Amino acid sequence: MTDSKRVIIVGGGHNGLVCATYLAKGGKEVIVLEAANEMGGAAVTREFSPGFKVSACAHLLNLLDPTIETELALKSHGLRLAKTNLKTIALAEDGNHLQIDGNRVSGGGVSDSDTTALVKYRRRMDRFAKLLGRLYSRKPPRIGVSNPSDLFGAAKLALDMRLLGREDMREFLRIAGINIYDILEEYFDSPLLKGALSFDGVLGTHLGPRSNNSVFTTLHRMSGRIGGKQGALAYPAGGMGAVTAALAAAAASKGVTLRTASPVARILVDGDRVTGVELEGGEQISADTVVSNADPRTTFFKLIGARNLDAGFVRKIQHIRMRGNAAKLHLALKTLPTFTGVEPDQLGERLVIAPDSAYVERAFDHAKYGEYSSSPALEITIPSIHDASLAPDGQHVLSAIVQYAPYELKGGWEAGREAFTNVVLDQLSRYAPDIRQQITHTELLTPADIEREFRITGGHWHHGELALDQALMMRPVPGAAQYATPLSGLFLCGAGCHPGGGVMGHAGRNAATAVLSGGSR
Amino acid sequence: MKNLTKEHFHTHLYPSPFHSRTEPLNKLNQWGRWKGYLSADAYTDISMEYFASRNTCGVFDLTPMTKHLITGPDALPFLNRLMTREVSKIKPGRVGYCVWCNDDGRVIDDGTLFHLREGVYRLCSQEPQIDWLLTSAIGFDVDIVEDTHDVAALAVQGPTSCAILRKMGLNGLEMLKPFGIEHYPFEGTELMVSRTGYTGDLGYELWIDPSHAEALWDRLFAAGQDYGIAPMGGEALDLVRVEAGFLLAGVDFLPAHEAIRPDRTRSPFEVGLGWLVHLDKPHFTGRRALLEEKRRGSRYNFVKLDIDGNKTAEHSFILDKRENYVGTVTSAMWSPSAKANIALASLEAPHGKVGDEFLAEVYYQRELKWHRVLAPCRVIDGIFFEPARRKMTPAPNF
Repeated sequence: MTDSKRVIIVGGGHNGLVCATYLAKGGKEVIVLEAANEMGGAAVTREFSPGFKVSACAHLLNLLDPTIETELALKSHGLRLAKTNLKTIALAEDGNHLQIDGNRVSGGGVSDSDTTALVKYRRRMDRFAKLLGRLYSRKPPRIGVSNPSDLFGAAKLALDMRLLGREDMREFLRIAGINIYDILEEYFDSPLLKGALSFDGVLGTHLGPRSNNSVFTTLHRMSGRIGGKQGALAYPAGGMGAVTAALAAAAASKGVTLRTASPVARILVDGDRVTGVELEGGEQISADTVVSNADPRTTFFKLIGARNLDAGFVRKIQHIRMRGNAAKLHLALKTLPTFTGVEPDQLGERLVIAPDSAYVERAFDHAKYGEYSSSPALEITIPSIHDASLAPDGQHVLSAIVQYAPYELKGGWEAGREAFTNVVLDQLSRYAPDIRQQITHTELLTPADIEREFRITGGHWHHGELALDQALMMRPVPGAAQYATPLSGLFLCGAGCHPGGGVMGHAGRNAATAVLSGGSR
Repeated sequence: MKNLTKEHFHTHLYPSPFHSRTEPLNKLNQWGRWKGYLSADAYTDISMEYFASRNTCGVFDLTPMTKHLITGPDALPFLNRLMTREVSKIKPGRVGYCVWCNDDGRVIDDGTLFHLREGVYRLCSQEPQIDWLLTSAIGFDVDIVEDTHDVAALAVQGPTSCAILRKMGLNGLEMLKPFGIEHYPFEGTELMVSRTGYTGDLGYELWIDPSHAEALWDRLFAAGQDYGIAPMGGEALDLVRVEAGFLLAGVDFLPAHEAIRPDRTRSPFEVGLGWLVHLDKPHFTGRRALLEEKRRGSRYNFVKLDIDGNKTAEHSFILDKRENYVGTVTSAMWSPSAKANIALASLEAPHGKVGDEFLAEVYYQRELKWHRVLAPCRVIDGIFFEPARRKMTPAPNF
């Protein structure tokens, strides 16, 4: 006996929680099943050393959908930003740093022409990012069908692009598919500025600045409006776990049942439709609708099984590029570290080690061959400066994203972890010479760890590489890109769907709309 | 593929392991290409070869037929997810005719599936299928190798086929049922015999290691000397298969993987193979699309036509009484055995019910002058020519 009102959500990540809440608002009886002991998926704040807490994966909030924030009243459920409009400090080894604050740049010996160029660059990129952001809050249109809503969606896409005006539309079409390296060469002279901006296009991806699609990923990163400002960055108070805690509170307030420590072993299938799920403990829960927050490969291969799917569809899922290439470094520190030339009031900003775009590209070169570079690029934050709850009094946590750490490291991560950790710490020490003395605990999460701990195939943040060939109506694959899947009653709501990864919530919200409207694909 | 050397690509067309025997018999020196092999289109005279297969025994070298060996713990679930029919019903020692589809429920190819031993299968197909088989294997514990070159094969077809093979020493062969498999020792190796074929007649297919191919040919032809045994080429085979109503990929339907225009492909229902589609079995590739087709209705009907007159309706348009286009002939011939002008045709639905009458627009020429005739024709049920011996067990001893 199944229940047509009941919806099971597999995975309590941010998208799963967003989807659950909208479904509950739409009159569904929703159960969220999370494998871990707390809700949040990869967006959690967790203790990594006694008294030291840190956002386990993403550590800055930039893409959370303001519509969701309002509609789900996240502020009243406890969401607070500890710091908004973070500046980026592009670190130089000699201490002559460069500071980027929106479209203003200072220090680092930057020229007047670069200062002017950044205003131009941001104006254009913000417009394009805004256009992209508009696509994110609706399901992508299908191609080759005559359904009115798909035709309307496609027309809207074309119209939005046309409304950029002739010149900007041409520029958008010119650059959307190419690489950020070339674009930055067109605008800027300063290697430090180009390095920092190119890094924005490759964070969390398997791309170098010279890889095509890195303009697209740059725009993706700039598409958010956190704190009301296009492309801004913020620290959520309490870390990323506080964002999902607010989402969980919103879900609970709408009557969603939240179950932790409930890993789903498989989604039950009867002929052509899903009938519920079976937990690893053997418990079965029936439902006519199952929404998976897991990545597409986990959903279709592990939870559904290839034998319930058509072979051509399985091949497409198999071919999704989703090998993670970013590691996460967490340090427990006795005191605030000193970075050469960085003023104490700058330490709470976003610090970037990417001295020039060729440096980032060279770091990526190694990753292509399953190696790590001895000179990795880093995004460093010290969130305890803004949020004392993260570390014991006077002590601090450092959270850094390290590019690149190939998922398939030659020789494996078990063997390579310690040497890589040392490489990263050596690199940090070049900019913060006394840092090693301050470390009381070190944690390095490789893509293999992220895969294991957060059950993301390949340990890829975005549940699949973010690239034009895996975007819009091709994300994750045609035939499942409108949140509905080939199996009746099965929907996707994770970052593997349009519009992709980052703590955004769009996929969850769009998926709920698809479920409530019956879901065509 | 142990019998292909690294140098094989220097050979433009690969000779069959029977080539030393077929080559001197090919009086017409009429060779064609079949999947990279040199294959005899005709040996002496197409009519004579045709009549040998219907009245005595024709021998066709089918070594170039693409073969795949499928093993492993998941062989059965893999095949059941691949094929539209319930494969578990094909027991060890049995052969089943199968069709398989892409996600859209369009036919990729058809072929014969041999359940050699428990859990060990051989799939023979017209088109190479290794890519699709490996794609379909994702998520299954199954081993698939294409072993076309590792197995030499002969089709021995016609009324005297059983008698010849018995004379060659295959005792008890008459008891082998249609679609059955039997193994015999043969000069230190194993000869596999299946009661299968592409002629719709009494007949067998022989499968052996290529190193024994010539010995097999010699023994077979020695045994058949007094039984009218004759080599048969591809052209004669193409006649008997039309009489039997068998489809030819690329002629009667466009294999889905070769289609550039997706609407040119056909579902199993649209090529008359609906009987091979078991929608009530567990999921198989194309099932959802075929369920949807069942609900909406098919676009085409595949029919057998009996056409008035004796002018072959090759490539003819089929018209309704008002001479509006309703479909196209895919294969046609004058059938000496059925004494009828026959054709296989693809008609737009809903046309094509048994008994429906149409006009075949036939063009023919006499001494370089072209004529057109609108020959009345009708959709018939059953097979054009089906001798009782085809299904008799014990097989008759002609």
